[in-house]
Amino acid sequence: MEILFRRTRELERQIDEYLDLVVQGSLVYRSAIEHYLQKRTDDFSERLAELESIESKADELRREIETRLYMETLLPESRGDVLGLLESIDRVLNRCEESLQDFSVEHPEFMAELIEDFHELVVETISCVDHMVMAARSYFRDPKAVRDHIAHARYHEHESDKIGERIRRMVFASKMELAAKLHHRDFAMRIDHIADAAEDVCDRIAIANIKRSL
Amino acid sequence: MLWLYLLSGLFLGWSLGANDAANVFGTAVGTRMVRFRTAALVASIFVLLGAVIGGAGTTHTLGKLGAVNALAGSFTVALSAAITVTWMTRLSLPVSTSQAIVGAIIGWNLFTGTPTDFTSLAAIVGTWVICPVLAGFFAIVLFLAARMWVASTHTHLLMIDVRTRIGLIIAGALGSWALGANNIANVMGVFVPAFSVRKATLLPGLHLDTAQQLFMLGALAIGVGIFTYSRRTMQTLGRNIFKLTPLAALIVVLSETLVLFLFASEGLEHWLALHGLPTLPLVPISSSQAAVGAVLGIGIAKGARGVNLKVLRGIAVGWLTTPLVAAVVCYVSLFFVQNVFEQQVAHPERFEVSPAVIEHLREEGVDPMNLPALMGKEFDSVRDFRAAIFSHQGLRAEGSMHKIFAAARIHPTRVDSTLARATLPGEGYTPAELQAVLSLHGRLFLHDWQMDEALAAASPAWRPRTGRGAEVLNKSLRRKAARLHHLFELREKIEPAFQRRDP
Repeated sequence: MEILFRRTRELERQIDEYLDLVVQGSLVYRSAIEHYLQKRTDDFSERLAELESIESKADELRREIETRLYMETLLPESRGDVLGLLESIDRVLNRCEESLQDFSVEHPEFMAELIEDFHELVVETISCVDHMVMAARSYFRDPKAVRDHIAHARYHEHESDKIGERIRRMVFASKMELAAKLHHRDFAMRIDHIADAAEDVCDRIAIANIKRSL
Repeated sequence: MLWLYLLSGLFLGWSLGANDAANVFGTAVGTRMVRFRTAALVASIFVLLGAVIGGAGTTHTLGKLGAVNALAGSFTVALSAAITVTWMTRLSLPVSTSQAIVGAIIGWNLFTGTPTDFTSLAAIVGTWVICPVLAGFFAIVLFLAARMWVASTHTHLLMIDVRTRIGLIIAGALGSWALGANNIANVMGVFVPAFSVRKATLLPGLHLDTAQQLFMLGALAIGVGIFTYSRRTMQTLGRNIFKLTPLAALIVVLSETLVLFLFASEGLEHWLALHGLPTLPLVPISSSQAAVGAVLGIGIAKGARGVNLKVLRGIAVGWLTTPLVAAVVCYVSLFFVQNVFEQQVAHPERFEVSPAVIEHLREEGVDPMNLPALMGKEFDSVRDFRAAIFSHQGLRAEGSMHKIFAAARIHPTRVDSTLARATLPGEGYTPAELQAVLSLHGRLFLHDWQMDEALAAASPAWRPRTGRGAEVLNKSLRRKAARLHHLFELREKIEPAFQRRDP
């Protein structure tokens, strides 16, 4: 009996650790973008490397959790939900990593007037991810709190949508070259897509939470 | 031949295992929380333990409803119940083994003319209504408690899963125990009055009496039913009918177990009586209806607006149709078994109405009305006696018919102290009770109640008690007395007149 409990606690710890990595990754992402906007290239590269390492660690951990959930036939009823949840959370981290790599490869030059907007966009996006992680943690431990976190996450996603739209309008109203305009638009959208992915996770959690409620 | 008759009981046991074990482990297996092999093994072991250790209580109540006293009769009763269950299941009609066996026993009573004990029948039918309601009530209480537990302890989903899994196995084991104790009477109860084998010693110090040997055999049949046929029922039940979370499934099993246990436990009955609380009748109930009641309870606790009336109607229809169908099937089968296969479906019984019988009935609170008109006559069959009473009393006597039959039944016994010394120690008789039995050595009795009166006169230990917990003690006294009636039975025919000459 004790072995059973110990194995379960170990898996609980791994899930918590996985969510910790997601939070850590999102914070590293925010700080990397801030460095980029401040043109601190070395710090940015350091953050990119850090995020890549976090992402690969998280991937490994997720695979291990998924295997154990299957091997130990745990959560037969909600296993599908949990696996889907972990995969969709992984997509959020992947988008963060891809976005930083795009910055590193394409070196977009932002209009000085838009620097603050890009900063705001990344802050709202990462707040959305934060609340998504809190919702995921609550799904496992405190189903009642899930709703609050999801509401917060949705609020921040909506805010980042608004900022993204504002950036696009300002860019296309300016006299920049079309290529630069498109570059601005793409980067704003790539950041915004992270919030969209986080919102998708929240939608999944909301449904799974209804299913797990007694 | 003797064992051949048991086949119908074993068939009924098999169908009980195939169908009813699913009520205990169905949700666990259907939701893949517990593997089928684990469930089947645990269920079989605990059904067996429950049946052998705790099966006596409900058997006693069924025995009171109608003591089927010939093996061919028991065979037909069990077979009719099994046919009814199988047939109604195939027609997808709600059915319960408990209700089928009660109907079949009444069918036997009607066929043989034996009066039905309406007090027992009312107690049994009453529980059919109470049991789903009670299961629903337990489910609501447990559901609210579980919801509070989950909300207040912030237990991890994985830990809830593991605990639910362990809970499902434990509750399933307890449920199987309760199912064995409560429902074994359905399978083997009708054979108990008609069957007599020597005490078997399983281990040194562990003896099984006739009833327990029958229960063990019945439980093995249930086990075979579980292993061979319950897999599909479990999977269907868990997936289709109850779309519940594993934790809700656990609550359903727990509620059902509690109800099965309440209506099977002699220990609980004793405790309630000792504390001056009302006792529950020990009656075989339907585990399916308890499960449905529990699921509805969860629905109510979740705040469902409308309870599915179709389900409720299904249960209520089952209360009427199952016993009715079983009674008709049994009546018809008994006709064939008796007249075509020429088997004795009931032992012939003799009755006489004497001044002593009239006096005894008055003491029992039964108005003898025109019964004295039958004085001095002897009746060689249940039917003749019933017809004679009926012609004198009409339908007025039906309510007290059971008591009149018990008083007038001729059952000669002679107390034998050597036999008593050899048999009774170790069967739970107190020294005072045993002494009273020995003091009656050589006495001849024509009616069972005469021996009871003589015992009561010989020692206060044999007198019915009053006050707190009396009912349970009196029940135990009645059971011990019934054992004596059986032990000292005289095989040869004793003329009533002979007994009256006996000082």
